[in-house]
Amino acid sequence: MASRAATLVVRPAPRASRGLWRDALSRLRRNGPAIVGLVLIAIFVIGAVFAPVIAPYDPSVGVLTNSMQGPSLAHLMGTDLLGRDEFSRVLYGARISLTVGVVAVICGLAVGMVVGAVAGGAGGIVDTILMRFTDVMLAVPGILLAIAIVAWLGHGEVQIIVAVGVSYAPIFARLLRGSLLALRESDFVLAARSAGASTPRILLHHMMPNALTPMIVQATLALATAIIDVAGLGFLGLGPGDPRVAEWGEMLTDSARFLQNAPYLIIFPGAAITISAIGFNLLGDGLRESLDPRLKR
Amino acid sequence: MLRYIVRRVLGAIPVLFGLSVILFLFLRLLPGNPAVAILGQHATPQLVAQISSSLGLDKPLYVQYLQYIWQLLHGNFGASFVDGRTVASTFLVRFPATLELTTGAMIFAVGLGIPLGRLAARHPNGWIDGAVTALSLFGISIPIFVLGYTLVFIFGVELHWLPAVGQIDPRLNVNPVTNFSIIDAILSGNVNAVEDAVAHLILPSIALGSIPLAIVTRITRASVIDVSNEDYVRTARAKGLTEKRVDDRHIMRNAWLPVTTVIGLQVGSLLAGAVITETVFVWNGVGSWVVQAIENHDLIVVQSLIMIFAIIFLAVNLLVDIGYAFLNPRIRYS
Repeated sequence: MASRAATLVVRPAPRASRGLWRDALSRLRRNGPAIVGLVLIAIFVIGAVFAPVIAPYDPSVGVLTNSMQGPSLAHLMGTDLLGRDEFSRVLYGARISLTVGVVAVICGLAVGMVVGAVAGGAGGIVDTILMRFTDVMLAVPGILLAIAIVAWLGHGEVQIIVAVGVSYAPIFARLLRGSLLALRESDFVLAARSAGASTPRILLHHMMPNALTPMIVQATLALATAIIDVAGLGFLGLGPGDPRVAEWGEMLTDSARFLQNAPYLIIFPGAAITISAIGFNLLGDGLRESLDPRLKR
Repeated sequence: MLRYIVRRVLGAIPVLFGLSVILFLFLRLLPGNPAVAILGQHATPQLVAQISSSLGLDKPLYVQYLQYIWQLLHGNFGASFVDGRTVASTFLVRFPATLELTTGAMIFAVGLGIPLGRLAARHPNGWIDGAVTALSLFGISIPIFVLGYTLVFIFGVELHWLPAVGQIDPRLNVNPVTNFSIIDAILSGNVNAVEDAVAHLILPSIALGSIPLAIVTRITRASVIDVSNEDYVRTARAKGLTEKRVDDRHIMRNAWLPVTTVIGLQVGSLLAGAVITETVFVWNGVGSWVVQAIENHDLIVVQSLIMIFAIIFLAVNLLVDIGYAFLNPRIRYS
């Protein structure tokens, strides 16, 4: 720590720093837990992308005579009630869970950033209206909002994406608005304004880059909860609704009845959800530490 | 102080008003005739007419809204078309179970989280700290239903230490008076029933409390480390005060503030988590009712329950904020 501070002092001008992103990247590389998180995520992404190559069986076709067999060399994670290979289903399930989770967070992030930027940038009555609206959304706790939206929109992957995305948007909106408000009073924004920069230019080129880091951290952590929420919706019977599609949450619900005889049908999809969430949580915490140089470890 | 409370209570009103508009539209904007959408395609015309008139669908939208909000203000949340009972009456029967569960989860999370956080903060970056950090990472990463089934399998199915599902053994014939299973068991005067009710509460409380536990642990650890670096703590030590006195009087007093706020914020996650926990452990609370209402397409109940959950959530947060202002005078005057 001391040696790093010393090198920073020696540097002649602040410009000589390699820039926020490269600094952050080098800090991230030295952050062990974050690397573990990245590796875990990579394993799931590779599994999802190459599922057709890796999966030994068709995830939707079962052999009824093979019903409910424990883990073996032929079926690494056993087989379910319909004799489908659990390992293949967990692999294909990664496709649904990761895509739905990631797309939902991106949607929530996009909507939240627009709302937050407009509110924080415009201020005044626009800000008040938008923030009261996010207050209303945030008054419905957690996954309940997503549950209500799926109940209203009906089954399907798109509906789940909309539901989870909508329930995350107010969080991102609040966060971005908060950082923008804090930045509005900062010296460099004042300097840009006195230099005659237009409001959109100040917002886009001066304030947004600085407000972005907490958003990135929050979005990474949101990926962990989004995967859990998507699985939770599946568990409650609000999943994609297509029995041929393998989804981790639905796989768990289907197997809950057989807990006594076939606990592996709960353990493997459950572990998949948990481990992928651990991956995103580790990466998110690592990003927080490396993107914010002020944060002491 | 009073001004602060009044200001905060008034602040919650526009939120509830906005939510009522959205929930009102939630039913009216269903595709097609809302009454048919609520009842399904095979409903009898009589039933459709009955729902239509109870929702006032023949009147203009603003009249419908005024009717709806008028009923809401009188505590009339509508009735389920499945069993015909009012939402309020079923809620009163089912809410005690949810309250019991969330209280159990909160006791688990706070009772274990604060000591764990303090323990981890004592030697930051030591092995205990590492273990506690890993545990809280696991706590926020494991879904309630995965943890729930794992606990049921280990302690219910394999070890037979604790009952797997339900609130109380029906063979004990405990008379439901208050619908709080533990209180009812106490009222019955049967010691076995009290033991049984408490035993039934343990696994669901752990499953539901895992996320709050992780968060309370993290925030306690961070807050204690933060305060421990303050000058007044060093001064206290320099004065020669005992470590216990420094801990209790100087560190914890100040470390409490962020911890209380976070505990209050967890109420929302507990209410939402109750939906899943009650489904796993087959509890007849408000959470499993939400799931049943969705399965039955009982949208009036879904709409009302979301409103009720929001009211509880806002009310608890209000209480926490007031409590916080009470503890921390700096908040009141800002």
